[in-house]
Amino acid sequence: MHRLWLISALPFAGFLINGIFGRRFSKGVVNAIAIGSVLLSFVWALKTVLGLGEDRIFEHYFNWIVAGGLQVGCDFAVDRLTAVMLLVVTGVGSLIHIYSIGYMAHEGGYYRFFAYMNLFMFFMLTLVLAANYLLLFVGWEGVGLCSYLLIGFWFHKKSATDAGNKAFIVNRIGDFGFSLAMLMIVVSFGTLDFGRVFQAAATKPEAVLATIAMLLLVGACGKSAQFPLYVWLPDAMEGPTPVSALIHAATMVTAGVYMVARSFPIYLRAPAALEMVAYMGLFTAAFAATIGLAQNDIKKVFAYSTVSQLGYMFLGAGTGAFSAGIYHLMTHAFFKALLFLGAGSVIHALSGEQDMRNMGGLRKKIPVTFWTLMMAAISISGVPPFAGFFSKDAILVAAYQHAPWMYWVGTITAGLTAFYVFRAMFLTFFGEYRGHEHPHESPKVITIPLAVLAVLSVVGGFIRIPVWLEKIFPTAEAPENFSLVAISVAAGLIGIGIAYIMYIAKPGLADSVSSSLGGLYRLVYNKYFVDEIYDAAVVKPLVSGSRVVLWRGVDAGLIDGAVNGVGSTSQGLGGWLKLFQSGNIRSYATWVLFGSIILLLTLGLIGAVR
Amino acid sequence: MSGPPLNWYLILSAVLFALGVAGFLFRKSIITIFMSIELMLNAVNLSFVAFSYQLKQVNGHVFAFFVMVVAAAEAAVGLAIILTVFKNRETLNVDQVNSMKY
Repeated sequence: MHRLWLISALPFAGFLINGIFGRRFSKGVVNAIAIGSVLLSFVWALKTVLGLGEDRIFEHYFNWIVAGGLQVGCDFAVDRLTAVMLLVVTGVGSLIHIYSIGYMAHEGGYYRFFAYMNLFMFFMLTLVLAANYLLLFVGWEGVGLCSYLLIGFWFHKKSATDAGNKAFIVNRIGDFGFSLAMLMIVVSFGTLDFGRVFQAAATKPEAVLATIAMLLLVGACGKSAQFPLYVWLPDAMEGPTPVSALIHAATMVTAGVYMVARSFPIYLRAPAALEMVAYMGLFTAAFAATIGLAQNDIKKVFAYSTVSQLGYMFLGAGTGAFSAGIYHLMTHAFFKALLFLGAGSVIHALSGEQDMRNMGGLRKKIPVTFWTLMMAAISISGVPPFAGFFSKDAILVAAYQHAPWMYWVGTITAGLTAFYVFRAMFLTFFGEYRGHEHPHESPKVITIPLAVLAVLSVVGGFIRIPVWLEKIFPTAEAPENFSLVAISVAAGLIGIGIAYIMYIAKPGLADSVSSSLGGLYRLVYNKYFVDEIYDAAVVKPLVSGSRVVLWRGVDAGLIDGAVNGVGSTSQGLGGWLKLFQSGNIRSYATWVLFGSIILLLTLGLIGAVR
Repeated sequence: MSGPPLNWYLILSAVLFALGVAGFLFRKSIITIFMSIELMLNAVNLSFVAFSYQLKQVNGHVFAFFVMVVAAAEAAVGLAIILTVFKNRETLNVDQVNSMKY
């Protein structure tokens, strides 16, 4: 017995204790419970992974649903793919929990924050450990719930609750696709168990598999913020920064990538759907990177960067290099969590300032944050031998083998990535300080997690995920192509160089470039007006349709009309009938007389007919 | 068989009934109205008995007795009501006893 359930049950226990009694606990006790439970979970996951051989560990706890031929068990399983996810989620999760002690120290609802974070860990680990689609879906929806709760953590801020609603509602579209996919799997396979579905996948017609794969992709697209459902992720930055780092960069948003990689036997037999994954990933990567070029909010820059990097992961999966996608998932979790936590440290230092135009020159004032953030920036730019280089390179090489043009688009995107990340770095840390606050370095509880993540961002690439996953994802041996690697590295360096020229060497250049581009710049600055288009195409028609047709028409017109009509009709009829009740005995007698005459006549007529 | 034919009895009965109805409808005094009701009942009794005699069956007689019983009971209750109405309203004009209305 490996007791896999302990891994997810521990954070759940933390959630229950903090959620129910946390109000009465001191901060120290809340910290101990929240962080202790996640750390124990990490230790247990580590122990499980160390004891993991070539085969997967499968544990059946109880039958959850038995309906006719369909059996859904509460089953957990760990194989090498799960192992990667487990360690990333619990490891990065622990660091971010520790960081949160410092970041949330002065916030109200302290215990509530940690209770939600623990609940998130529980659902995320359930998602990762699940051995069938339905249990995965439970975790999938649970992390969505926690995402909603944590984005709207500062619920007195309207923008925060709106962002929470947006995230939840946009994800419904994706979840609708996922639910349909599960129904199709039940109909055509008769089971939701991963092992049996993937075993039977070879015997099913390609059309069925392609439909399932496309529907799963819709689900992944919502959760992993891919075009066209990415719009919720940038708004999700309204939540506290540790939430952005944990949920909206390192773990939850990668659930879609994990799900696609987990379903790879289906995707491999549906090449059209796999091609679609690659196109969607590539387009999202390039699209989001261009938006990132012109943002001024430091967290928005990293949010679009996250969307873009998730696109890379899908590109990797879509070109058949699932292990490269997971590789990038892991390194991205390191450096993107670091970027967000570093940004949080900057925001903390400036007492809540997020606009990069009011920063600058912070290199000397908060050196630890600067140096750790620099590691993440170099890593995401793909400079060897940092972590980002290895995984991005693996994806780009796979893309080249699939279709060379994809490689070129990916490489240009890598250049854009390097540019916008270093633009953020230069605007934040170099030049003259442009703000009014008095920056102060963050406490140790914040800087130590930063340092650990910085180390991982530097050396994380040497954890050779493709080798570790070789048995699961048999990939063709990629020939070492030095020129491809050199070109993508050069693209990253050029991006950094241009950022240096525009923001440090010639500070006025950036403004003149943006003004000379005019309309194009405004288009990018306004995020291609996608939110406005959705608003006009979907939200407004829905709202006005609800107001005019459903509210005024159906509710006020039809339903209220029917109820009021019955009332007023019986009132009118009664007002007319009451005139018979005159109180005059002789009029009653007259009516009785008439009545009996009519009765007699009728009887006589019937008798005559007979 | 001797005596007048059945038709005569029935015509007499109808005339008495019509008189009762007319009295019920057109008189104002409650006492008169009450007497009109008794007249109608007795008109009906007459036709019952006439038919019974004609058909040589006892049913009509029995029914006539029932009607008498009912009439007696009605007289007891009705006269009590009339007395109470007069005590309270000091009138026996039926047109003035009309407070039971909408």
